[in-house]
Amino acid sequence: MEDFGLYIHIPFCTKKCFYCDFTSFPDRMDIIEKYIDCLIQELSFYKGKLKNHNIKTIFIGGGTPSSIDGKYIYKVLDYIYSNYTVDKTPEITIEINPGTLTKDKANIYKKSGINRISMGLQTFNRHILKSIGRSHTPEEFYDSYDILNRLGFKNINVDLIFGLPNQALKDIIYDLKQVTKLNINHISYYSLIIEAGTLMNKWYEEGKLDLPNEDEERQMYYYIVDTLIKNGFTHYEISNFARDNYQCIHNNIYWKVKPYLGIGLGSHSNIMGKRFWNVDRFHEYFSLISKDIFPIAGEEIIDKETEISEFCILGLRLIEGINKKEFRNRFHINIEDIFKDQIAKHINNSLLIEDQDSLHLSPKGLDLANLVEVDFLL
Amino acid sequence: MEKISQDNIRNFSIIAHIDHGKSTLADRLIEKTGMLTSREMQAQVLDNMDLERERGITIKLKAVRLVYESKDGEKYILNLIDTPGHVDFNYEVSRSLAACEGALLIVDSTQGVEAQTLANVYLALEEDLEIIPVINKIDLPSARTDEVKREIEDVIGIDCEDAPLISAKEGLNIEDVLEAIVNKVPAPTGDPKAPLKALIFDSYYDTYKGVICYIRVVEGTIKAGMEIKMMSTGKTFEVTEVGVNTSKHVVLDELCAGDVGFVTASIKDVKEATVGDTITDKNNPTKEPLSGYKEVVPMVYCGIYPAEGEDFNSVRDALEKLQVNDAALVFEPETSAALGFGFRCGFLGLLHMEIIQERLDREFDLNIIATAPSVIYKIIKNDGKVLEIQNPTDMPPLTEINYMEEPIVKASIMTPTDYVGAIMELCQNKRGTFLNMEYLEEKRVVMHYELPLNEVIYDFFDALKSRTRGYASLDYELKGYEPSNLVKLDILINGESVDAFSLIVHEEKAYERGRTIAERLVDVIPRHQFAIPIQAAVGSKIIARETIRALRKDVLAKCYGGDISRKKKLLEKQKEGKKRMRQIGAVEVPQEAFLTVLKYDE
Repeated sequence: MEDFGLYIHIPFCTKKCFYCDFTSFPDRMDIIEKYIDCLIQELSFYKGKLKNHNIKTIFIGGGTPSSIDGKYIYKVLDYIYSNYTVDKTPEITIEINPGTLTKDKANIYKKSGINRISMGLQTFNRHILKSIGRSHTPEEFYDSYDILNRLGFKNINVDLIFGLPNQALKDIIYDLKQVTKLNINHISYYSLIIEAGTLMNKWYEEGKLDLPNEDEERQMYYYIVDTLIKNGFTHYEISNFARDNYQCIHNNIYWKVKPYLGIGLGSHSNIMGKRFWNVDRFHEYFSLISKDIFPIAGEEIIDKETEISEFCILGLRLIEGINKKEFRNRFHINIEDIFKDQIAKHINNSLLIEDQDSLHLSPKGLDLANLVEVDFLL
Repeated sequence: MEKISQDNIRNFSIIAHIDHGKSTLADRLIEKTGMLTSREMQAQVLDNMDLERERGITIKLKAVRLVYESKDGEKYILNLIDTPGHVDFNYEVSRSLAACEGALLIVDSTQGVEAQTLANVYLALEEDLEIIPVINKIDLPSARTDEVKREIEDVIGIDCEDAPLISAKEGLNIEDVLEAIVNKVPAPTGDPKAPLKALIFDSYYDTYKGVICYIRVVEGTIKAGMEIKMMSTGKTFEVTEVGVNTSKHVVLDELCAGDVGFVTASIKDVKEATVGDTITDKNNPTKEPLSGYKEVVPMVYCGIYPAEGEDFNSVRDALEKLQVNDAALVFEPETSAALGFGFRCGFLGLLHMEIIQERLDREFDLNIIATAPSVIYKIIKNDGKVLEIQNPTDMPPLTEINYMEEPIVKASIMTPTDYVGAIMELCQNKRGTFLNMEYLEEKRVVMHYELPLNEVIYDFFDALKSRTRGYASLDYELKGYEPSNLVKLDILINGESVDAFSLIVHEEKAYERGRTIAERLVDVIPRHQFAIPIQAAVGSKIIARETIRALRKDVLAKCYGGDISRKKKLLEKQKEGKKRMRQIGAVEVPQEAFLTVLKYDE
């Protein structure tokens, strides 16, 4: 039995945030029912192919999965339990946005077997929330948090962003103070990425954004890492922090280049030696599914070289780095035999640290990860 | 192809300023004489290199044979020999003119006479050609036909009473041009039975046939099977084919005195058929080679290096192939600490240099790095020895130098009077000495200046164009060498002097140039994980300094399932960019850094 992670995409939102470039549609509530049926059909396509596979994790992401009626989530998960082999202790995550979670919904999630909640907060500063297009207030976050806490959800993640327009170090200090008071075991703290095609990118190009400069942005990062470590979190990936035993298993599947299957509009998979991705338009997705055709838009065969490169590039994102023994076991060759010069170069640059078991980025290497990663492309 | 007697041959070329419509007229003449069907007709037939068409100028000469039945009822062979239109290519113009008896002088009726037009007219007069003025673009509302006619008569001194008034673009009055060629251009002379004497005015390498030479037979006859001798080298070859160019190569039995056509003779080495040479009969040689050709003197030099070291041989092969069509191009191997193995190349001028660089890129798909252009300086050492250098790295230590001399050119700048002030300021800025100014007509003048060539090749053309909105035109010729306070300007990146950036400049210009280069390098060299000082130095003295700030952040915050492909693409792009970098010490310098330094910036 090979383990894999299952990703389910829910491409609906009440409103699109100004920085978001994910496949999501703010005003498509009408077609939810149809979409859920298609998800289940798509799941049925893979059923036979994955007989010898065991679902280790399920991640329901979006979009805003919490924006749709809880019964749909229940229906999808119910289908999975009845038709796939699911691990005895699976990690099952759903992404929620404050303001869209009700007590009833949270109850259904619980009943559906969901045991991990990822909350999109971004910041506690209401002005900044508004200015980046978030449709919730800090109070709504607390309401959602209370609901989850009362229902006994222990594995809760909070997504935060730093480097936002008009954000200063004092805002980060405030956000960290608030978040560490809570009973939270996982935090993803991202540096803002301005993606092409977003409203924010347009403003950026028009020079309308007052963004922290590079030095201020890095100061924020160092402060975040320090503070969270002091508060008992482990910094385990460039942007991720967890208390003991609360690392996200599903995301670790991505970073360790292990198999995952993505279901739904525009989702990506890496399983059975192939990487493939789905179409990202509703009408195409619906029409292919209705004809019993896999809704796949493209695929890439992952040869050994590519796999090695990806293993290293993603491995370097983990704070513990690339485990040399794991590398040897997986590829039957020593990492030094392939990347001798590259490793030496970056140790010399003091971006990379080598010890007995691993190769990992130095604190400076975390700032300049791309410089190292690029040399691990084969 | 039917035989037509020598009396009915007309050999002519077209001279004109860029954009005055030379190529369009050539197209019309070809069309009118029925050489090509309109379907075969492509705009600007003669300019068959992409580069020429894009730049709207003719670089390489080509000869085309047209057959025209004139109003007198006789058939004539009209050999049109195309000429390049830029000051850099005076030599090539002179070669093609030497193959003709007449020239059409095209003048744009909205623009009037330009500096280059004049320069080419003088070349044609030197070759004793019959000059036929042709007034073009008469269909435009801004045409000043009578004024321009008067201008040609005043400035050049040729009668314009019968000048054809045409619009090449609209095909208007093209017959008049053909009739003028027949009636005014003298027929060639020369004895077809005399010993062979033929002029090579163009040649290029063909993969299947070897070198193809375009010739004008001056005396005698050349035919297949004949053994010929190149008079400059003494090398002999057996002629495989002779013929003419119509819309395609047409093989003929022979070419006789007065004819223009091509010869192939299994010539494998391009250096054995140099343009400008005289071909004669090995077994019955002529006594004297033809005269009238100017020797090629490169005026501008630069280093050309393969971006990838392993392309060295490909660059050499490409330069050799370009050289066969281009007697003006010279090169020899050299080494640079920063750029590795490459070539020092000599050119007629800046445009010539740019064209060669672009052709290496486009036609040979070579990725090259070119260094800043230089001229030849004379260094008079303390021991009295005179050194000629064109590579700044060859400059001896200052302590050994008594004084230096730099080349000075006489420049004529033709311009509407509105821009006189701006041009004076520019020339002053470029260390020019004003000689005099003549009025061509009420609103147009020609300004004469003496300018150091090293200022002209830096950014003078661009600056002139930009300050006069393209209205001024420039022509120059070498005057000679004059003593000058010159220094070697070095650029240091992260404390290391980079030879490829070194320049010889006038002392007064060193600070300004040094600062500009340092500022530009700051913009093009990507930030590294450490701060990089960029310094400009004369000797051991630092005269300008800039710093490239250290890179603080280069990391992607998020990377999940679907992001991996995107992330990889991003890294691949980064890697691609790195490939085109030159490692100088610990610093990676992009190739465009070497170009940016040369670019004009107001």
